[in-house]
This record gives sequence, structure tokens and C-alpha cells, in this order.
Amino acid sequence: MTPLLQVSGLTRMYGNRVGCRDVSFELWPGEVMGIVGESGSGKSTLLSCLSARLEPTSGTVAYDTREDGLTDIYALSEPRRRLLMRTDWGIVHQNPRDGLRMGVSAGANVGERLMAVGARHYGAIRAEAGEWLRKVEIDAERIDDLPLTFSGGMLQRLQIARNLVTHPRLVFMDEPTGGLDVSVQARLLDLLRRLVIDLGLAAVVVTHDLAVTRLLAHRLMVMRRGEVVETGLTDQVLDDPHHPYTQLLVSSVLQP
Amino acid sequence: MTSAQGYNFAYLDEQTKRMIRRAILKAVAIPGYQVPFGSREMPLPYGWGTGGIQVTAAVLGPSDTLKVIDQGADDTTNAVSIRRFFARTAGVATTERTVEATVIQTRHRIPETPLREGQILVYQVPIPEPLRWLEPRETETRRMHALADYGAMHVKLYEDVARFGRIATTYDYPVLVNGRYLMRPSPIPKFDNPKMHMNPALQLFGAGREKRIYAVPPYTEVKSLDFEDHPFEVQRWDQACALCGAADSFLDEVVTDDRGGRMYVCSDTDHCSARQEIREAAE
Amino acid sequence: MTVMIEVESLSKTYVLHTQGGVEIPVFAGAALTVGTGECVTLHGPSGTGKSTLLRCLYGNCKPDSGAIRVRHGDTAVDIAAAAPRVVIEVRRRTLGYVSQFLRAIPRVPALDVVAEPLRALGVDAEAARVRAGELLSRLRIPERLWHLAPATFSGGEQQRVNIARGFAAKHPILLLDEPTASLDARNRAVVIDLIGEAKAEGTALVGVFHDDEVREAVSTRIHTMQG
Repeated sequence: MTPLLQVSGLTRMYGNRVGCRDVSFELWPGEVMGIVGESGSGKSTLLSCLSARLEPTSGTVAYDTREDGLTDIYALSEPRRRLLMRTDWGIVHQNPRDGLRMGVSAGANVGERLMAVGARHYGAIRAEAGEWLRKVEIDAERIDDLPLTFSGGMLQRLQIARNLVTHPRLVFMDEPTGGLDVSVQARLLDLLRRLVIDLGLAAVVVTHDLAVTRLLAHRLMVMRRGEVVETGLTDQVLDDPHHPYTQLLVSSVLQP
Repeated sequence: MTSAQGYNFAYLDEQTKRMIRRAILKAVAIPGYQVPFGSREMPLPYGWGTGGIQVTAAVLGPSDTLKVIDQGADDTTNAVSIRRFFARTAGVATTERTVEATVIQTRHRIPETPLREGQILVYQVPIPEPLRWLEPRETETRRMHALADYGAMHVKLYEDVARFGRIATTYDYPVLVNGRYLMRPSPIPKFDNPKMHMNPALQLFGAGREKRIYAVPPYTEVKSLDFEDHPFEVQRWDQACALCGAADSFLDEVVTDDRGGRMYVCSDTDHCSARQEIREAAE
Repeated sequence: MTVMIEVESLSKTYVLHTQGGVEIPVFAGAALTVGTGECVTLHGPSGTGKSTLLRCLYGNCKPDSGAIRVRHGDTAVDIAAAAPRVVIEVRRRTLGYVSQFLRAIPRVPALDVVAEPLRALGVDAEAARVRAGELLSRLRIPERLWHLAPATFSGGEQQRVNIARGFAAKHPILLLDEPTASLDARNRAVVIDLIGEAKAEGTALVGVFHDDEVREAVSTRIHTMQG
């Protein structure tokens, strides 16, 4: 078996400033990894580098492509990288407006990835889009509505449907529950958790919310000032943190 | 009509024509690809056919016969003034007959009379970029063209079917040229789209404000985008032309009085009058 | 009897960096062997690391040195050194755990909370729910609660859901951390029965029990821990 993602010595500098430094890990099929750390710890930079959106200064990100096995994603031609991003990968942005077309209907938002990979049967595209709206608990009657009329939680679920419709193997999520009400968060988390299990998705989830990682992530990577300070099984890192920073992070969480 | 004094042949200077011809050659070599060119100030406003005029000026020779149509008609303001412009600056022969013309500049129509080899059809184009409605960034649309990344284009058609039950786009209907480049055919009715396919004439497109030239060389495949279960189809009318009786041409609705009276007539005036003449001769 | 757990010279010290780096040694050089059909009870005064040892066995706590070899199918896995995905796989198929408190997942009904370990083993949804229902019935969770999320249940109800979840998948190894702490006598008796049945089926159990009655009823052996 090969890992889905193999990251070694990944470094991204912004001039003299460190974005992230010397990050190495492997992600296996079906595995969900959480990246936690405070703002500015480099977790978003790392996520951008991993998801082919920001070229690293040094180090490699290899992905297990269906054709050639482990391949450096930054060595792929742009068409192949784009194809990868819209078939095998999903990217869930914190702000769903960054990941959706706000001017076209919910159905078209979900169907776009299908059309992008060659689907040309309207009825089939629409049926598939409707099925995905159902899976993310959006009323099928809203299929022709513009996302502008959706609530924040619905928008995020729509974004998730748009990403999952091509059955990706790896999904990158940047603060997927950020900016949502607590009750909406809980619903979204439960949905994500179920989808991840049902579809056997691998995922990298960036968040500053430790509760999110406990529910979603199998393992955790704690970042501080661009470097990984602790890794391990999620419950082990949260219940028995070793690094001073992780202990501070865990002890800083307010218990309701 | 005598040529105007003090102007180079066909208004543009030879260096400019050379630049435009180069752009045209490149456009012909890469069917459907938008070639940037140094669009000049012309003695008429943007949106009135500055792109088409520059292309026409660059391809026009003294022995050419020019026809200019606007919405299919030879006698509208735009058509008349452009025809007179070239009659005065180039002294070329002009005609209203499609069959007699060697160069036809058009806004919004393709003549009903089939074109033949050796003819050039010059389209006036307001917005050349078919991806513009979904991607406002030029850098990104260029990249999408480079990668033939056109899936998103179907989103527009999807939206049509979802909203109206059919593809409701009726003009400027996007096409794929030579199986490679997505192209806007300028705001011609989709009725005319099939005429672009494998046409024996050279089709040139000029966008003056947007500074782009593109082309469909003779006998080039031009496919209108569609869905398998919602195939591309053209407009049909219940009635025939009230003047010439044509049942297979693109009809304009003409309101005839204030009491709701209306009639449908061919939008192509040359086609219509030619048919009327034949009918009269027969009677 | 097959050895299922073998703990060798295990040491653990908590270092509290947020409190000036205070070091709290828990145990050093701990050893423990547990075989099939055994229920070993960890016993000793509080602070001797009973819970910590149990959590180490589950991979929830990371020891400083030593090995925890767990029989996983035909292989031996050192939980103290295994990669997260290996630990997760061992937990899925081999290691069951009943913690002191249920970590309720929002919106997931009690029946599915209990059925989940079975679903993870590939048992189909219906069969998993049937087994989950049996356990909930035995533990006297009224059927009207089965389809509600346990977050709103009382402490005792939550604990019984937790126990049912722990016993659902019949893992070859079961770790019990004070499972009877907030239960009444009747429910304690059910847990004692469940442990007895598991032993009879060859499960290797390790437990911490605060009340003497349960401890005496279930233990095959008592492992005394010294501070």
C-alpha cells in the first residue's frame, strides 16, 4: 500500500519570514489529519502548499495519482494539476463564497465539476446534483435557487456537495466550521464526519478549534511559528499533550 | 462616387494594415483563437463596427466588391455609412447582392444565400471572450483557453435548461471551433450558427474596442455547445415571410400599426427581394 | 491461554509545562501480562497510575519508555511505538475501551453510538442496530431514548450507553475504566454479567473498579500498583 500524500521537508518562506518550515508526513487513504495552531502558525500556508495552490520554497508534495503513482504535484503539467484538483481532490474554503459561484443556481454549482470532466447529459447531471443536495441535507426544492438566498450553514454544505460530487479521494478543508453558529457547526461536523466515513475520504483539516479535530481527525499535527511541534493520534495529543505549546493550547480551551 | 482626397487607400495606413493582416494570418492559422491587435481610432464610435471596419480595410483590394449588412439589412444607418465610408476611401464597388460581393461586412447576421469559396465574411464583434460572463479575469480566461478548460461554459447552458426547460440562449451562442477553441460568434442569431460550419468562405471577426481578431477558415468544423438530452436547435417560425413567402429564412417581426397588427418578413433584405423578383418574373 | 497484552518496563512521567515544568512521576518499570479469558484488575491507592496505565494500553497516553505489545490478529503491535493509523486499526478490530465518561457526538442517536464499533467492523446497519438494542435493553435504557442523542441523558444513562458501546463489538481485548462508577446495584449486576460472559468467550479484560463488590466479582487476578 502506498500513502496518498507524501510530504517531505516542505518549506515556504515569505522573504525572510517563515510560512512553514521542514514539514514532513504521510497521509494514508481514508485518514483524516487535523492541523491545529493559533493564527499565524503557518497552518494555512501549509494547506495551500499541500493543495497545489502555493509553490513551496523547498521540499516536495507527492500525491498518489491514479496513472503514475506517487508524483510531485508541482512537477505535473498545469492541465493535469487542474484535472487532479477537480476530480481527485476537493477544497473546502472557510468562506463558502470563495468556493462557490454565487451567481448560478445550487444545482449548477454542484454540476459544474461533472461538466468540467465531460458530463454532457443534462438530466443525469441534474439528478446527480439533486442526490448530492440530499446527502448534504439541502432540500431538493432549492436546486434552482441562487446560493445568495442560502444561510451560512447551507452555503457551507453546498460547497461540500460541490466538492464531493466527483468522488474525490482527498479533501482539504480550511476552518470548515469557522464563522458558523454553534448549533450549525454541530450539524455540519456530524455531516462531515459521516461523509468522511461513508466515502472513505482522506482529509487534511486546518482548524483552531480542538473540538472539531476530536470529532473529525484521526491524527493531529500541532504547529507553532511555522513548525510542527507535536504529532500523534488525536485523542492522545489532546489528552496527553507533551509539547509546552500543545499543553498551553489544550489548557486554554474553555469548557462550557 | 469619387474617392476622398488625402486618405490612403481604404483609410488605414499601410503599416497598420500590415499589422492587422499579420493578426489575421495568425487567426486563420489557429481557428477560433483570439489574436490581440493594435486597434486604431476610427472615425466612428466603438460599438459601431470599428473592429469590423479595420479588418475590412486590411483585406479590401481595389478589385473587390463590398456588401455591408446590419441585422441582415443593407439599408440601415450603420450599413449605409460603412458602405459609403469604403466607397469614398477606397473607391471600391459596392453591392447589396450577396452573390456579387467578394467582401461582406456584417453585424448580427449571416446572409441566407450560401457563401462560396473566395468570399470573405467580416463580423463586427462587441465582446469576443465567451468565458467573460463566468470569469472576469483576462489572465484566467486566457489560461482556460490555453488548457481547453471549458467545462464551466456548460454551466450557462445548464442554467438555461434549469430555468426555462430548454437552452434559452438565442444569439451569440457559443461554439467550439475545429474541436479546440471556444468562440463567440458575435451576436448573430443561433439560427445562423449552422451556416458557420464547413462554410466555403473565410470568416473573420474583428473586435475594435477589445482589440481582438479571430477567424474561422473555409471548411472548418464549428460545433454549437449543447447537452445530449437537449441538443442544439435553431429557431422556427409558424409562418412564412409575408413578402417573399420564404419558409426557411430568419424572420423579423414588423409592427404595422397601433392596433397590434404585425407581419413577419425576412431579415435578409437581399435574399427577400431576390425571391420577390423571381416570383414577379414568373407571374 | 494466549497472551494478549504484554507490558514491559513501562515508565510515565507527566511534565506540566504550563505550571513551571513540574514533573509528576506516575510509574516506572511497570510490567503486566494479560491472557485470553482473564480479567485483570488494576488496584492501588489513587495516584498510582491505574487510569494512566489503562490509557497507555489504549494508546491514549504516551509512555516515556517501555513497550506495550498487543496481540492484533496474528501479529504483535507495540502500541507505545505504533503509527496513529496502526493504533486506529488495532482499536477497530482488537481493542475495546469503556471510558469513565461518554464523549457524546452531537446529533448521533444512542442506538447508533452503540452500533458504531460494529459498523466499523463491516457489520451491516440492521444487524448492528439489533445487537445495540439488545445491549441497551439489558442495561435498562428505555427504548424511547434509543433514537435520541445521548448528550441530554443523565450521567448514569450516558455511562450505560458507553458500556453498551464498549461491549458491542466483542473486541478480543476490553479495557474498563471505572465502568460502574455511577450505576445502581441492578445495573452493576448487569455489568458484572457482561464481564463474565466476555471472559467466558475468551476476551482479555483489564479494568479499574472503585467498588470492592464488582472487583471481587469479576477479577481473575489483581494487579497491585504502588506509587
